[in-house]
Amino acid sequence: MSESDSGLWLGIDTSTSVSVALARPGHVLASRSVTATNVHVEQLMPLVKDVMAESGHVLADLAGVVVGIGPGPFTGLRVGIVTAQTLAYVLDVPVRGVCSLDVVALSVAATKPGRGFTVVSDARRKELYWATYDLAGHRVGGPHVTYPEDVPTGLVVGPAADLYDLAGERHVVALDPGIVASSPERLPDLGTEPLYLRRPDAQVATSVKTVLTGRRP
Amino acid sequence: MTAPLVLGIESSCDETGVGLVRGTELLANQVASSVELHARFGGVVPEVASRAHLEAMRPALERACEDAGVDLSEVDAIAVTAGPGLVSALVVGVATAKALAVALNKPLYGVNHLVGHVAVDVLDHGPLPSPAIALLVSGGHTSLLRVDDIATPVRELGSTIDDAAGEAYDKVARLLGLPYPGGPVIDKAAAEGNPRAIAFPRGLTASKDLVKHRFDFSFSGLKTAVARWVETRRRDGEDVPIADVAASFQEAVCDVLTAKAVAACQAEGVGDLLIGGGVAANSRLRALLEERTKAAGIRLRRPRPGLCTDNGAMIAVVGGAALVAGVRPSSLDIGVDSGLPVSRIVV
Ligand SMILES: [Zn+2]
Repeated sequence: MSESDSGLWLGIDTSTSVSVALARPGHVLASRSVTATNVHVEQLMPLVKDVMAESGHVLADLAGVVVGIGPGPFTGLRVGIVTAQTLAYVLDVPVRGVCSLDVVALSVAATKPGRGFTVVSDARRKELYWATYDLAGHRVGGPHVTYPEDVPTGLVVGPAADLYDLAGERHVVALDPGIVASSPERLPDLGTEPLYLRRPDAQVATSVKTVLTGRRP
Repeated sequence: MTAPLVLGIESSCDETGVGLVRGTELLANQVASSVELHARFGGVVPEVASRAHLEAMRPALERACEDAGVDLSEVDAIAVTAGPGLVSALVVGVATAKALAVALNKPLYGVNHLVGHVAVDVLDHGPLPSPAIALLVSGGHTSLLRVDDIATPVRELGSTIDDAAGEAYDKVARLLGLPYPGGPVIDKAAAEGNPRAIAFPRGLTASKDLVKHRFDFSFSGLKTAVARWVETRRRDGEDVPIADVAASFQEAVCDVLTAKAVAACQAEGVGDLLIGGGVAANSRLRALLEERTKAAGIRLRRPRPGLCTDNGAMIAVVGGAALVAGVRPSSLDIGVDSGLPVSRIVV
């Protein structure tokens, strides 16, 4: 067994709220979440300290760091990713990036839904991030960002399942950081580049507005 | 006892900076700029800058340690810009700094970016004179500050009431069909022009304005005056003498900046003027400052251009000064403050 198979992993996700967990594969030791959506940079490291203290471990014990790379609101997402990258760099351990919707899908698959489903999270601006999964929780489509009416009907789950009036069966399921930290075999490593799915809002500079008023003399 | 080794992180605008400083000795100053990515937008786009910070941060950290030949475990404290600046950009630096502070078990100092611009000159010219007046000019700020000591509150004597000086350069460059950023291109074009060709207005210098805005700046009216002048020429089918417009605009900006900086020194009875910020590299500003401070018997200090623009070393200097002065480190749950007042040096 390699160290990463049995070792201690710190899981971080800031795609929705701020969530942190410490786990060995298949076994969660401590887990914390803050539900406010605008305190990522404030609360993330205090939560990391909390889970370490609760489990009686120190950061030097870590075998690696796993981070949710979204999709999610960008500013918060970057807080989680740069934190994971920096911790991994200082501790000289690997860092893995996982799709945050895949994390929710794993906890839904564990409830044996009996059919495929769609995981949705809030993309703001009246849109949703979503991806489709088979009944075992493997992603089969997405992630996408669209208006709610373009989300497949059927079983819809995830942090934003009740945000819009979506057709079909809907269940709110929050992201469980314990799964981020404890499922290295079941969550594919996608690297640590954020799943932005959108281009930055920016207007290319075109013509200059006139400042001349009144008629030509 | 040797001076503490401080790692400083800067991400308030479009520069990702990591610096390593020991006392007044600069060990590393890695800066990755996203300025080229903003060129086609004509100004800094916060989301573009923030994405670039995330990509540049870890490589900058690694290279800074390499340059300095130090191991992170040797660092005594972590300093980071907590404001003012762009929120989405600032959080990348603050999150990085917190992770470093916790993983290395070292104190964290969330510091004021503007104070960094003032403090950085210790790396080039040793301890700051006390007191000193500082003129900070860049795309994001235009301020006159009174500084008594890096670790005690800085007092703002004045600042821009509308655009920053660097912003005015960008807008005028665009008007003249010159590329972004405007500072260097206007400086270059101006070298061929006549600074007295066109009498552009000097904002907030009339006696009625001086009552309320003695040491404040305004560049919005100047920018509009340039636009009106250029547009009128074009409308009348005449050529626009780019070099003369650039030189006359630059003269108006530098005239006001230097006149108010010297006046601030005289009003405060202070014999030392420090300059910082990206516009401090402007050739006309430097020349005029040298001329006017000399005439007024004021000593002028200017860090090398690479330290004038945003960088991590300037943040490390402030963190080091706070550490030495026994200032309490920042708490682990600090956020960022886009409008952090200059009177707050450590959050
Ligand atoms: Zn600056």
